[in-house]
Amino acid sequence: MSEATPLWEVFIRPRNGLAHKHVGSLHAADEVLAMHAARDVYTRRGEGTSIWVVPSAAITASDPERAAENFDPAGDKIYRHPTFYDIPDDVGHM
Amino acid sequence: MPLLDEVLALADDHLILGHRISEWCGHAPMLEEDLALPNMGLDLIGTARTLYSYAAEIEGKGRTEDDLAFLRVEREYRNLLLVERPNGDFAQTMLRQLYFAAFMEPFWRAALQSSDRVIAGVAGKAAKEMAYHVRHAGEWVIRLGDGTQTSAARMQAAVQELHRFTGELFDGAGPEGILPDRAAIRPEWDRVIAMVFATALLQVPGVPFPQTGGRQGLHGECLGHLLAEMQYLQRAYPGAEW
Repeated sequence: MSEATPLWEVFIRPRNGLAHKHVGSLHAADEVLAMHAARDVYTRRGEGTSIWVVPSAAITASDPERAAENFDPAGDKIYRHPTFYDIPDDVGHM
Repeated sequence: MPLLDEVLALADDHLILGHRISEWCGHAPMLEEDLALPNMGLDLIGTARTLYSYAAEIEGKGRTEDDLAFLRVEREYRNLLLVERPNGDFAQTMLRQLYFAAFMEPFWRAALQSSDRVIAGVAGKAAKEMAYHVRHAGEWVIRLGDGTQTSAARMQAAVQELHRFTGELFDGAGPEGILPDRAAIRPEWDRVIAMVFATALLQVPGVPFPQTGGRQGLHGECLGHLLAEMQYLQRAYPGAEW
């Protein structure tokens, strides 16, 4: 089954102005049926206004075993968060 | 036919096909279709509910949508023979859906102009639903027809089995200005079916013996079995509610 129907990743945009967000995956024979299946499986409760389907094989993912070297170095660099600025009162909420 | 009979016949078409499709729930060939099929069934049953409520209102005898759905016997049902046909294999189910939806989509689009408020309202919602059914069922008919040797043989067998029931789609007309003339939908139906069949490498068969009778309440054996399952709860426990 999975050879005839490879895996696809589904991204849904809930509203205009928001980004497409990964919601899950599904099996389908080609991009047209993948789009139908995404509509049928992931938008039954009015979740979206736009769908993307992407072959899972087209995604290059980071290696979990390299998580430490990828992500830990950012952990102690709190100065990268923009929290050290005084916001003038006139600006209000940013 | 008077409006009441036409509305009831349309409601019966939608309920019976909706019930047929619901029989796939939990049995579809893959999880994705197991959701797609009930989605389509629920579209049809939703339309049936509105139409039954409207029929009950036109009739004015105090019956409800549930009375019409669950307390009428086989001969009182006016659905097309096409929609009561057993699910068969996936090819037959998808072809039956294409045949029905390729008729209903242009029918509801024409009904958008209806002078009847309820009909025009149903049409607005149903035309969109049927457009998706045509697309979904059509894509499957194409993939199975132009698929493996086995899928192509099954698809052509489905055509052989079901095509003789399609003529009935075009019989009858409701009150002018309220419901579209069914015969006038034929060219659009022919066009869509020819387009799908050409891509699917399927042959449109000649029909030496067209099957009709559903609109007169003359059904195949299969409808009785369907109704027995669908109505048994109301028959066994009259008035039972959720």
